[in-house]
This record gives sequence, C-alpha cells and structure tokens, in this order.
Amino acid sequence: MLVSTNWLSNYVDWNELSVEELAEKITRAGIEVDGIIDRSFGMDNIVIGYVNNCVKHPEADKLHICQVDVGGEISQIICGAPNIAEGQHVIVARPGAILPGGMKIKKAKLRGEESNGMICSLQELGIEGKLVPKAYAEGIYVLPNDVRAGDSALTHLGLYDRILEFDLTPNRSDALSMLGVAYEVGAILSKDIKLPEISYSASAEKAQDVLKLSVEATEDNPMYVAKVVKNVKVAESPQWLQNTLMSAGIRPHNNVVDITNYVLMEYGQPLHAFDYDRLETKEIVVRHAREGEKMVTLDQVERTLNDQQLVITNGIEPVALAGVMGGANSEVHEGTTMVVIESAYFAPSSVRQTSKEVGLRSDASTRFEKGVDPNRVAEAAERAAQLMAELAGGEVLDGSVTFDELDKTPQKIILSPDYVNNRLGMKIAMDEMKTIMDRLQIPTDLINGQLVMDIPTRRQDLKIKEDMIEEIARLYGYDEIPKTLPIVESTPGGLTPYQAKRRIVRRYLEAAGLSQALTYSLASPKDAQAFALETAPVTKLLMPMSEERSILRQSIIPHLLDATTYNVARRNESIALYETGSVFLGIEEDGLPKEVEHVAAVLTGKWVHHAWQGESKKVDFFVMKGIVEGLFEQLGLLDRLQFTKATVDQMHPGRTATVWLDDQSVGIIGQVHPTVQKQRDLQETYVMEMNLQAIMQTAIEELLYEAVPRYPSISRDIALVVDRDTTAANLEKIIKQAGGKLLKKVQLFDLYEGKNVEGGTKSVAFSLTYFDPERTLTDEDVVKAHSKVLDALTVQANAQLRS
Amino acid sequence: MKEQLHELKEQVMLKIKESNTVKDLNDVRVAYLGKKGPITDLLKGMGKLPAEERPKMGALVNEIRESVTEILEERKETLEQQAIQEQLENESIDVTLPGRPVELGNHHPLTRVVEEIEDFFISMGYEIAEGPEVEKDYYNFEALNLPKGHPARDMQDSFYITEDILLRTHTSPVQARTMEAKDGASIKIICPGKVYRRDSDDATHSHQFTQIEGLVVGENIRMSDLKGTLDLLAKKLFGAEREIRLRPSFFPFTEPSVEMDISCFKCGGTGCNVCKKTGWIEILGAGMVHPNVLEMAGYNPEEVTGFAFGMGPERIAMLKYGVEDIRHFYTNDIRFISQFHRSEA
Ligand SMILES: [Zn+2]
Repeated sequence: MLVSTNWLSNYVDWNELSVEELAEKITRAGIEVDGIIDRSFGMDNIVIGYVNNCVKHPEADKLHICQVDVGGEISQIICGAPNIAEGQHVIVARPGAILPGGMKIKKAKLRGEESNGMICSLQELGIEGKLVPKAYAEGIYVLPNDVRAGDSALTHLGLYDRILEFDLTPNRSDALSMLGVAYEVGAILSKDIKLPEISYSASAEKAQDVLKLSVEATEDNPMYVAKVVKNVKVAESPQWLQNTLMSAGIRPHNNVVDITNYVLMEYGQPLHAFDYDRLETKEIVVRHAREGEKMVTLDQVERTLNDQQLVITNGIEPVALAGVMGGANSEVHEGTTMVVIESAYFAPSSVRQTSKEVGLRSDASTRFEKGVDPNRVAEAAERAAQLMAELAGGEVLDGSVTFDELDKTPQKIILSPDYVNNRLGMKIAMDEMKTIMDRLQIPTDLINGQLVMDIPTRRQDLKIKEDMIEEIARLYGYDEIPKTLPIVESTPGGLTPYQAKRRIVRRYLEAAGLSQALTYSLASPKDAQAFALETAPVTKLLMPMSEERSILRQSIIPHLLDATTYNVARRNESIALYETGSVFLGIEEDGLPKEVEHVAAVLTGKWVHHAWQGESKKVDFFVMKGIVEGLFEQLGLLDRLQFTKATVDQMHPGRTATVWLDDQSVGIIGQVHPTVQKQRDLQETYVMEMNLQAIMQTAIEELLYEAVPRYPSISRDIALVVDRDTTAANLEKIIKQAGGKLLKKVQLFDLYEGKNVEGGTKSVAFSLTYFDPERTLTDEDVVKAHSKVLDALTVQANAQLRS
Repeated sequence: MKEQLHELKEQVMLKIKESNTVKDLNDVRVAYLGKKGPITDLLKGMGKLPAEERPKMGALVNEIRESVTEILEERKETLEQQAIQEQLENESIDVTLPGRPVELGNHHPLTRVVEEIEDFFISMGYEIAEGPEVEKDYYNFEALNLPKGHPARDMQDSFYITEDILLRTHTSPVQARTMEAKDGASIKIICPGKVYRRDSDDATHSHQFTQIEGLVVGENIRMSDLKGTLDLLAKKLFGAEREIRLRPSFFPFTEPSVEMDISCFKCGGTGCNVCKKTGWIEILGAGMVHPNVLEMAGYNPEEVTGFAFGMGPERIAMLKYGVEDIRHFYTNDIRFISQFHRSEA
C-alpha cells in the first residue's frame, strides 16, 4: 500500500511531525513503513512552458525546433517527441535543472541548432511508465490549457509529495484505504479525523425506475448497491485526481473510471462502472456462471467460467466477473453518457477462488479477499456518485437499487482490565484503556469495572479479547512493558541422553578431523535410494519444483559426494566431511515416513600431509575404519563392533564392509566404486553411513572402574603363514577362544604378502598379552596357554608357524 | 721398580691427554688399570719383592693407581662435556619450520549458532524438543490456528506429500505436539530443526533452512516475561550493550504478536548499511500463544497463558559473521565451513 502524505493530510492533520517521524510512529504502532519515496526526487528548475511555435528541424527528420514561453521569456528548445505541437502547455526542464538520477540539463546544440533545455515526458520526471496515461505513454506530457507558463511543473503535477510504503501484515486490511490509514494515524497521534462530506443534488428521476436488480447467489453476494448517473461527459480527469491516482500507483484513464479508483483507494471499497446503455436490458442479475459459460474481460481475454464463479449479468450474459474484473461488453468508453455504479460485498472466499482460477489479482480482488467493511458499501457508492456529479458533469438519479442481507452489527467484546494487565505484566488503569479506545474510535462503555466495546466493522481483525490487548499495548507503547522472566514449575531442563550423545558424536568426528556438512533432504530419483542401508518405499513430493529435488533422501552419501565433487572441482582436494541428519524410509502407521537419524562421512585425497618431513599418506579403507572404531569406543560399544565384507551397489566390491553392532547391521563402510568415482570426477574416495539412531539407542553398561593391574603382564609374539583368504578377524577369534582367561589382548602387528611367502598365502604376526590380576604369571603358565593357541591355529586355520 | 712405576705413570698421563673420546679413554683405562694391564702385572710381581719393601711399593702402586684414576675421571668428565656440547650443536633445529599439522574438523556455522542458543536456554532450565520433518497438516497448520482454507497455507508455498502430509514449513508443529503430549502441564522448550518451503534458491531464499523456536506455557506467563527473555537472548547473541524493541506484528498462532529488533551491533544505533540506516535490525518474531492454539492442545486459555518466539539461524549467522548469501550454508565449500574453527569465547 502506497500512502501519499499529501493525500493523507485531507483526512488527518499530521503536519506537526516530519514525514520521517510520522513513519517511525506508524511503524512502532504496528504497520511497518518499509520506505519513504520522495516523488520530487530532488528535481529542480522544471517549469510549465507554452509552445508558441514549432517547426521541423531542417537537418533531422525526427526533431522539432520549438519556441517556448517559459514565463516572460522565449526559449528555443529542440524536441524529439512525436506528439509535440504548437499551442501545447508542456513540462520544461530549464538549463541547470536536475532530473531524477541526478541528470543535469545543459544548453546544447543539436545538429547546429541551439537547445535551451528539454521538454519532458512524465517518465523523465520519475513516474513509472505503467502509471502514465496511455495518451502520453509514448511522448511528452501535455498539460491542460488552464495553466500558466513559468509556474512550477512539479507543483502542478503534485510531485512535492512523499509516499509511505506500507508493508501490511495480512490482518490489517483496514489500512488498505486512506480512511483506514487516517483512523490509524489519528489513533497514534490522538487526533480527530475528517471524513469526506457527501452531498449532491439528485435528479427527480429514480434509479429504481431505470434499473432492475436481482441477486440469485445471495451467499456469495449478500449486498449489492447500484447507483445510476446520467448525462455524464467522459473526459480526462482534472489534474489533481490524476496526480492523486498516480501517487497511489494507479494509472489514470478517464474521469468515470478514475473516480471509481479514487473511491477504491479512499474507502477501500472496490467499485465498478458499467455503461448503462451497453447493458441493454436495464437489468442486473448476480448469479453463478454456468459451467463452460464464456465472457471477454476488460483485458480482451476470453475466459471460460465454471459454476462456482460469481458473475454480474445483464440477465442474459455476464458483464463482469464479480470482484475480479469487468467485461469488455459493458465497459465505459468515450461515448458513454449513463453510468451504473456498482458497490457490493462479495464473499472473500468466492473472490479468492475466482481470482486464483483466472490468474487475476487486482486492487479490487485483494480487498474483497480480505473482506470489505460492510458499513461502507453504500457510502462508497454515494461518494462516487457525488464525484461524478462534480467532476463528470453527471446527474445522479434519486436513490439506489439495492439488495442487502449483509449483517452490519458491530461485534461486542467485554474485557476486564485485570485480564489485560495479567497478560501484559503491566498495570494500566481502566481509564487509560478507555482513552486508547477513544483514540481508536472504538465506542466503549465502562460497565461494572469492565470495558464493553462495540467493534466497528472497519476493524475486522478485532475478534477476541487478545486482539484488544494488542490494541491497548501497541498504543500504550511496547517500550513501557517491563522485562521479567517467566516463573514456571521448575524442570531441570537440559539435553536428553540422546541429544547429549549426538553432540558427543559430532565433537568426536570433528576432533578426528572431519568437518560438518549440511546438505538438502530432497534428492533426485537417481540419488534418493543410492547407498541406502535398507530397501524401503520412497516419499515423493506431490508438486516438486524440480526433479533434482523431488524425493526425500534415504541416504546422506550421495549429497556428501556432491559436496566432495564441488570442492574437488575448486581444487580443495583433500576432503573430510560428515553429516548427521534424517533419512526417510517407507510409511509408518500414522501415514508419516519413518524418519531415522543417520551419520555419514566422506574422505578423499590426503589424510596425512606433512611434506617437508616427507610424510604424506592418502586416505584408505583403514583410515575410515579407524574413525568408525573410535566412534564406537567413544560410545562404549567398541567390543560389540564387527565388520564383515559386503557387496553394496555403487561401492568397490573388494573394499566394502557391513558394520555390525552385536548381531544388528547398522551401517556400511568402504570405497566408492571406481566407475562411480569417475562419473563423479573423484579420485579414490571412502564413505561410511550408519544408523546413528540405532547406535545411540543401544544401552551401554554403566561405567565402572576396573582395578589398575598390580602384577606385570607377559607378551608373546607369533608369526603365521596362512591362506590368503583367511581373515584377520577369524584368526583373532581362534586365538581368543584358545587363549583362555589369561589372554587379555591380541593385536595384529605385521602383515606380509609377496616374495618370501608362497603364492596364495600370507604372513601375519600377532602380539598376545597374558595377564592374571591375582598373581604374577610364571613362564609355565604362559607356555601352557600359548601352546594351546598355537595348536588351535594349526588345526583350525591350517596355519604354519614361522620362526 | 720405582722408576718403572713413574715411567708408567708418565706414559698413562700422556695417553690420557691424547684421548679425545670417552671410548679412547676407556681403552686407556682398560689397557693400564685393567686386569691384564701393567699395574695389575706390577701388583702381581710384588710377590717377588723382599717382604720389607712390599708395603712401601704397595702404597706407591696404589697411590699411582688412584692418581691415574682421578685424572682419568677428570678427563672423562671434560670429554663428556665436550661430547654433549657437540651433540647439542648437531641437534640444533630451525624452530621456524612448520609444525606437524593436527587436522581439526569443525561444526557447521548453523550448528554453532543453534548450539549457542540451545545452551543459553538450557542454562535457564529449558528442554530441547524435536519432532518429525515430515508432518501432518494438522500439526503444521490446523493446531496452530491456520484452519483449512486459510490464505497463509497456500499449496504453492509448501511441499506436500499427500493432501494431509507435508514437509514442515516451520518448527512450530513440535510446539503443538509438545503441548498435546504435556496434557496440561507447564512447558519450557526450545525447538530447533530443518524446515522447508517452496521457494527458489537465491541469495536470500532457500527451499530448506533451519529454525529455532521457543515456547513457555504455564499459569501467569506474561508478555513482560517474553520481553525479559528476548532481551537476555539478544545480549547473549549480539553483546551486552544490545537494546531490544518490540513492534506489533501478526502471526496466526500468537496474539498479540511482535517482531523484535535489536540495536545495530555495527553502528550502535546511529545508522549504517547493516541496519539500513535505521539503527535497528529485525531478529525474530514472537508473541503470546493464541487462545485457539492453547485450547486445541487441551489448555484452558482463561487460566493458562504462554509465549512463543522463533528465529532463523541462517539470518543470525549471516548477521553475526557477515555472510551475504544464504546458499553458502548448503554448498559445503570447505573454504567456507573451515572459517568457523575458532572459538569465540
Ligand atoms: Zn547500523
């Protein structure tokens, strides 16, 4: 909503403030003023000129040499506009004038002829092209002949005006009119407001004798008022009216249309003007369209209607799409002499629906959608009739043709001062509350210590007690509210164990060298299920914005790989990222997908890089595995963790494992398949993804201190040659089973495949630690246990001992 | 024999002097004082001497042995000193060479902001509440006083899965769920999480972003409590000198509704480009929980009141760290993420 401060002065006297102060007060009271536009844009030295003489430039086809009276002085000005002519009053920017954007006008020579300034279009004065009257859209602006050369053109065009740009919240539709703004400003400044005085002398002829009205769709159109004005002379509007409309962002057309728009902006009540003669039937019937019925709207588009859409008809065919747009067939034109003014209440939902279906939103439809003031419907029609009499020479027929079933009674709200103060944490006296209601012009009685308020229908946002608390607080001033802290039944607060563990996981991964990434939950069909830990139906959007983001992800890895490719392409070649977040699997009983929190990570490039000391190591499977093991250790689950070789789509078949927690598979780890790496422009890249929820919900034993050993332990190393396919985990298992309770630790410390071992075998070495918490072990004890281990390895793993 | 001894002493002294390493010196020791050395030989040969000369000669041998030992020790100490000196010189390094890097990861700047806010409220006794990102229309809209047909819940603005299920457009459904679950008990919660809207991604819009909301419900919760809470939050996030102001606003789920501005942390209120010359920066929306919302969750709004507030960690991070494009938070360029290593405390 654009509010001309000049226009506002007609209704409320705010002039003791600067425009900036006014804007600040309005903002603090609840309507945000987004900006202040100075329509003069700092322009200067722009006057009205009279074109005494205008001849073609001898050297240029499109230029004219004009002798312009600029107020007691004749100036020669070259003009290139197609519509320049002798005898016109025009806008002249004199030498030294400054135009919007800071352009300075200087004396110049154009093809040998002197030019002392510039004859201007409205666009050159900073008025948007879409607001310039059509007749002057392609050339200079021509003023009417009742002006005087040498006068300020800016004054004449009303450009010494500042506009407040309102950013209205959806509830404050009352401020979609100048009167509504005036009520608001009046309340803020504690000032009375001046409403328009409506008076005109009506003709003896009665409106209802020339026009018949019937409303069939009474629910969608509970009130319809038609006024008839005859002997209208359609012409350009007076300058002040055109100026006012342009200041409100509306393009002037002709006096009749301009008046309906002026009243729309003044009252917030959309009006429509029909050409009475073109209605042909002397009748208006409001009904729903017939399914498939067609009409051509004002914009010359033929529209096919449906049976939910409300139309105004002449009893035969539609002449307007109610509240949205008029029809071309009944439009007011130059030859119109008799006008029907329509002022109505159309149901918000009906207008919203229709305007959405036909894709038309206008100043009228947005107001109907919010609900216009029932008590202004009739008054706005009278106001328009008055202006048509004053400005278009019309004769207003007596009375109006009306259908009215609209409830116009004000709502009552009863409020006790305690209720207000208890909710604000303040102590505002009842009298002060009453004063605020007076400022808002909300009729209020004090009855039995309560405020009894009749809410004017113009404030349709005020429905419940809390709405009135807001009115009181915002005008009393939010700065006056004290600062206190809530007192509620105390809870300890804090993180749940799950939330605390999530933070531990993040901290751990960061300390391990991975940075946290944050990627999108929506994925492409190609990526949605890639790398998923389980197979489940996908969750798709009904109306995605793009295929790229159309399905909820079931794995985090694809987006982490995207992030890696993005980084590598920018020469960030060593990447270590992790993410925790939800994946979306199948559908639960309540209809929502199962949301499971996962953790995923990606590693590529160098892991250790310390060049000048010659240390440099690429990431490999075991770097990622170490990170996973550390994570389980951090969560107290390391001894329940296992890895088994696995085959996963898009992963390297020889370098991928399933991660097990006890006998539950909780994740995958491994290298991305070389083909996929290539597709994604990646070098050797390792990923892991785990069901974080499953891991974090696994109960762990209470942390209990274990005695620090008092007796020394004894270590023995063994070196074995085994089949290449024998896994380390298998050997370890055999050792542990055979070692008995004295064997405390088994650690693989060497692995060799190559020259000195037979083909198809490998050499592995373990270090075994024996220990008894009760006593010092003897050699004998160890030999006994150790030989069992050796026997078991020989028998169960076909291992050969190496010396 | 006496001459022999003195000659021997001279000889040893010379050898000691000539020894330049501890090892050489040790060789000398072994050669002269060892079991097979001449002094031992001499001692052995004493048996051949007349008995009356033996003690005298014995004393002389011992004397020489002691003095040789003493000089040996002295020399050894000197040589050891020299050796250490030499070692230290050899071991000297250029301390300005680069250290062995410790690769640290760090959290995402949005996590940093969210955790800062969470921790602040935890210290005031709040709990952290979480809920599903895919929500029922009821919790996302209806329970929040946005009935079907309300203009603010246009299909165009939300990602629907079915007619009744959508990606949550704010974290408020967690509030609705919590209120419902608490069954009339009082509440103090903070709800952080991802939310989704049907916006095209550009410098200021993202179809996925984060929100953090707060809710307090109980007997006698007042708007002044909201103001006091937000004032502390503003000071915590943006510095102790920050002032706040509340402006009336509109949200369907609160009444009265406010927006909170903080005094500009860049210019202190005199006006600059960060605050668009106003001296104030809009930070969050808040209000008193709408009676309809309380009622739908089973509270009696005549007896129980509450306040709620919500903000965007993206906006806060953008303001705090001067980030100009919201997309930076989701591209995961490590040159961006790794700038948030440093602790601020
Ligand atoms: Zn500033």
